[in-house]
Amino acid sequence: MTIGEVKEILEANILIGGERMDEPVETACGSDLMSDVLAFVKDKTVLITGLINPHVVRTSEMLDITCIVFSRGKLPSVEILEEAEDCGITVMSTKMTTYTACGELYIHGLPGTKKRAGAKEE
Amino acid sequence: MAVLMEKTFPVRAGAYETAGEASTTIKRTLKQLGVSADVLRHVSVACYEVELNLVIHSDGGELILQVEPEKVTLISRDQGPGIPDIGKAMTEGFSTANEEARTLGFGAGMGLPNMKRNATEFDIQSEVGVGTTITMSFALKA
Repeated sequence: MTIGEVKEILEANILIGGERMDEPVETACGSDLMSDVLAFVKDKTVLITGLINPHVVRTSEMLDITCIVFSRGKLPSVEILEEAEDCGITVMSTKMTTYTACGELYIHGLPGTKKRAGAKEE
Repeated sequence: MAVLMEKTFPVRAGAYETAGEASTTIKRTLKQLGVSADVLRHVSVACYEVELNLVIHSDGGELILQVEPEKVTLISRDQGPGIPDIGKAMTEGFSTANEEARTLGFGAGMGLPNMKRNATEFDIQSEVGVGTTITMSFALKA
């Protein structure tokens, strides 16, 4: 799936990164808990979250998350958007709830992250 | 082994607004040095977790980055308060984080176990009233 397809499926508005619609995404993750995101996510991932603060962008940068979707129509501050711009992360906003947005992406074939992010197998 | 580069980043206690800035700089520095994306992500995640821990739990400290030909080492050193029970602190889900950290999406008790999982070698030493030192190394694959 591409970031552009994510935008279409979620009927989202692009806030940052309109030029990156052709970039591929392989998995998605829905969470307001950045601790969990840090423990489970891999790269080329879409993060769907209702949490709005700069740490959503910083967490995403550390993990090479390429796209953040803010759910329930929430809009981040200019500072948060600028940070995302600096990191090359695409940001969009959807009116859907986190649950619905995750469900829509899943039924369109975008799987969740199954494997833990980590150097060692458990 | 010769240390090619060493940099120290002070981290202030309670500085939630700027938490993560040292990790961002470290990630960009290592990227410029040509560290592979895979290793870079492991270092970045562990670095961000340990930096957040310094902000959330410590009385202030520092992060030291050392780069050698075959590995990257991150050392987190603080001035207290120290961890009374390291075994408990290493348990997933155990957390003593405050409300502010939780509001930001942290404090789920995943930090230390996640650092250990991402690092090639992980060591934690702590003494109550003295401080905590965490040393993590990451092998650089050829």
